[in-house]
Amino acid sequence: MLNRNRLVSGGSINRNKIINFKFNGQELQGFEGDTLASALLANDIHLIGRSFKYHRPRGILTAGSEEPNALVQLETGSKTEPNARATEIELYEGLIATSQNCWPSVKYDIGALNNLFSRILPAGFYYKTFMWPPSMWLFYEHFIRKAAGLGEAPKKKNPDRYEQKFFYCDVMIIGGGVNGLVAALAAARSGAKVLIVDEKKDIGGYLLNTKAKINTLYAQVWIKETLNELHALKNVTILNRTTATGYYDYNYITALQKVTNHEINPNKKLPRERFWRIRSKEVILAQGAFERPLVFSGNDKPGIMMASAAQVYMSQYGVLPGNSITLFTNNDHAYSVALEANLKGAKVIIIDIRHSVSDTINKLCEENKIETYFSHAITSTYGSKKVNAISVQELSSDKQSFVGEAVTIGTDLLLMSGGWNPAVQLFSQSRGKLRYSDEISSFVPDVLIDHQYVVGCNNGEFNLRQSLLNSFQAGISAAHQTGHKIEVNQFIDDAVEPYGFTISDVVPYVLGSKPVTHGSKHFIDFQNDVTAADIFLAQREGYVSVEHTKRYTTTGMATDQGKTSNVNALAIMSHIQNKPVGEVGHTTFRPPYVPQTFGAIAGRNVDQYFDPERRTAIHQWHIDNGAVFEDVGQWKRPHFYPKNKESMNEAVNRECIAARKSVGILDASTLGKIDIQGPDAAKFLNLIYTNAWSKLEIGACRYGLMCNEHGMVFDDGVTTRISENHYHMTTTTGGAARVMSWLEEFLQTEWLDMKVYCTSVTEQWTVLSICGPKSRDLLSSLTEENITNESLPYMRMKKAKICGIDARIFRISFTGELSFEINIPSRYGRYVWDKVIDAGKKFNITPYGTETMHVLRAEKGFIIVGQDTDGSATPSDLNMDWIVSKKKEDFLGKRSFARSDTVRENRKHLVGLLINDKKTVIPEGSHIVDKAHKKPPMKMSGHITSSYHSPTLGYPIAMAMLKNGKNRSGDTVLIPLMNGKLIEATVTDNVFYDKEGFRQND
Amino acid sequence: MFVIRCPYCGERDQTEFTCHGEAHIARPKNPNEVSDKKWGEYLFFRTNPKGYHYERWTHDHGCRRWFNVKRHTVTDKIVQTYKMGESKPEDNSA
Repeated sequence: MLNRNRLVSGGSINRNKIINFKFNGQELQGFEGDTLASALLANDIHLIGRSFKYHRPRGILTAGSEEPNALVQLETGSKTEPNARATEIELYEGLIATSQNCWPSVKYDIGALNNLFSRILPAGFYYKTFMWPPSMWLFYEHFIRKAAGLGEAPKKKNPDRYEQKFFYCDVMIIGGGVNGLVAALAAARSGAKVLIVDEKKDIGGYLLNTKAKINTLYAQVWIKETLNELHALKNVTILNRTTATGYYDYNYITALQKVTNHEINPNKKLPRERFWRIRSKEVILAQGAFERPLVFSGNDKPGIMMASAAQVYMSQYGVLPGNSITLFTNNDHAYSVALEANLKGAKVIIIDIRHSVSDTINKLCEENKIETYFSHAITSTYGSKKVNAISVQELSSDKQSFVGEAVTIGTDLLLMSGGWNPAVQLFSQSRGKLRYSDEISSFVPDVLIDHQYVVGCNNGEFNLRQSLLNSFQAGISAAHQTGHKIEVNQFIDDAVEPYGFTISDVVPYVLGSKPVTHGSKHFIDFQNDVTAADIFLAQREGYVSVEHTKRYTTTGMATDQGKTSNVNALAIMSHIQNKPVGEVGHTTFRPPYVPQTFGAIAGRNVDQYFDPERRTAIHQWHIDNGAVFEDVGQWKRPHFYPKNKESMNEAVNRECIAARKSVGILDASTLGKIDIQGPDAAKFLNLIYTNAWSKLEIGACRYGLMCNEHGMVFDDGVTTRISENHYHMTTTTGGAARVMSWLEEFLQTEWLDMKVYCTSVTEQWTVLSICGPKSRDLLSSLTEENITNESLPYMRMKKAKICGIDARIFRISFTGELSFEINIPSRYGRYVWDKVIDAGKKFNITPYGTETMHVLRAEKGFIIVGQDTDGSATPSDLNMDWIVSKKKEDFLGKRSFARSDTVRENRKHLVGLLINDKKTVIPEGSHIVDKAHKKPPMKMSGHITSSYHSPTLGYPIAMAMLKNGKNRSGDTVLIPLMNGKLIEATVTDNVFYDKEGFRQND
Repeated sequence: MFVIRCPYCGERDQTEFTCHGEAHIARPKNPNEVSDKKWGEYLFFRTNPKGYHYERWTHDHGCRRWFNVKRHTVTDKIVQTYKMGESKPEDNSA
């Protein structure tokens, strides 16, 4: 196997297990334990993709989740994932990855022409260029969208399974570096229930890669021993490959666990990813810090990498990404990387912006023959697809200009280190407040929220020993806060890093051979191609607020959310505005911390589990009899029952005629039903409904209208007095829950002294509505109870045995026909339904669905709340003054009937419409105008709320809300249709059939 | 996402609850006698404080009881929950 850059030994990879994978079609090999990035670097592949805007060649910048450049399209077909970070993809056999944002290939990309024209593509280019004319935007957008964008979203349904898990603990530690582990061990030994999450496969953080020592042990050994102890403790949960993505109120944290992403043949019982929803009493943030790039001309080429990343590739993966290395730095810490690379056999040259370094470091460099350039800066880089040389020049003492001649140095790997930025994203999401620390030239946590700790580099503490002692204390206090106080001995004696962290000023940008202000290539945000020049431009054009600069230049707005770029952008703004970085401020950090899959957020709540489905006791019969279903709220209701390939219209015609001529049956079980009991029930109903309830006799039913306090109708239904203090209320199917809450609201918050109890009984009763002239004959054959018109008149209820089952028979009608609504305890619902269907055969009983129900009620002019009303109609607007009590002192909504808005002229009123051509069924929602023009706009005077062909009458009917409709009977109105036709209709009463109600009263 | 202490059930996750806006807005005893202005205030006007807000919540996916919450609108800290009918706790913020 050929891994040109693989060292002969070292790293935590398994050299006995070769892994084959493909990148851009090329067959390559790596070892078990590699990431895609480390394997590519081992194969000396640096060119990974093209940048977003200028299509510049880009390589691998980091070794972690902050990676802005090395994004790939992972896998193909339905499993493909765009924008996957090569630095985080664990290598597995057969992995397929391709470069993004390039065509025809990453090496020869036509879009790279943008790079040549970059002088005319500055920040805000699209806003300025494609603004006018506004109507052209859609046209421009098509091309802009094509040119921009990163990977491609999968076009097929993802076959993977995702899960969610809820978790509760005492102390959650985010980040499994040494500080996190110390805090975890302290809390765990104290007895607290502890959760540790870390985004890497191997827990331990950056010290896994260094020669740091803790208590005389190398950090790697100490980490291993500590993890062994933690794993053995029952009160500790350790999750690797798990990234905390969101930090919400009250220590609610979401975390994404990659369960089988990295496996070739995963256990089918395991999900691909698991989304954790964690509530922890105390949270310790120990996420560490990101190394900050330096901003210099041409700093974005493949082969330019963070120094710390090179450290990780060398020590963890045994990969030396270059042999002739240059290191550009402003701090001591990066020298450890140079020495390490030197030790592994690379030739190293250091360019340091500072004037000098300590004698110790000087001596080390001399001993190891490392060439150093102090007070020098890189002025440009060379190489088209990978860096191959740099030029350096000496800086003047004030660093504002160059002195001396530029020197060109050949190199195949340029490392940079500009200091460290604490990973404060999650802390900031939690509403913790940041301050700018001059000491480390970055933002650090300042004001913490309750029950929260921030430790280690995450808190801007870079002294290893001191930070470990603080982490120990944090672990102990967090455990104490949750009541776990087993005494724990302090277990950190000593801790040292060979090259301690030294502080250096943040360098906003490094002077280049061209002025930085215009068109230079000092990149800040690698993923969104934002340069220092763009920041200058934004300031010149007045976008000086940090939020404006962000949006105008798009810095920090890519999928990496500016993890490597934000502080540098702020430093440049501070430099231009000549005020401290702390005063420039920072933008808001929002979840997710890293991109997360929608699959994980949705979990198992997909397809049929997306929303609960409610089915009646008769559901299977409906299926067996060919019903076409309709969703009403969460209910599945039969819409119509087509026979012999009937169309919907044909089926509805047949069902309507049957219900009017013989007998029809409807499953009305979904109707909302509320059982109301208590001595104050009548008084309560008087306040809830607009009409009077006190005198309703036992066994009598009454229709009622409910209004909200604005005086607008919000539900209707029939309520029946079952006994002295017992009522049975019905509501609309969709409004049942709303009405129940409404009743409870007033009982619990306004009328606390009322003795009334409301219970939802919707599911407890199956309701069979049988209607039509033959319905009494049918029902008589199933019960011994006397149900003649005298014994059970219209709007009465009787308890009776039907087919031997205790039932309630309500003589109410929503169709205008003689009708019985039979309520059966649901467990017997299907039994009785079957008996009724059997007995009904001789009457040609016809099941009908909601569409027929709607047509039948419209013929009678009955409204459907929510269809004919929209929350802005009073009872009077609906011609229902008859149901509003004039005598009652008070009821909900009454006072608002006297509001200026409800008494004004020209409100919309409910009317009936007859279509003049006697054949057009107007689409519901159509607008009514008095005067028609060829084209909109036209002055609207109303809209159609219900519209059907009436099989009973043989012509179309409609209901509408029409301005001043009450006084417009006989007028002709116009309805312009979408197809350009103009329909004429005549305003009439909204009751079209059997106005006197002979049929229902029969 | 908050943790809310239901006065009847104890601490539960916010997903079990619904907020119903400002509390302590009593329905006028005799609506017919109040002026349009007063009725309008009852219907439409609500405070929008930077500080403690008193609001009504229901424990929908629990006991289904209504209760009141005293919450700080800047920090979202819920400092007290109390039953309907209990008096409004003082606003001791500066």
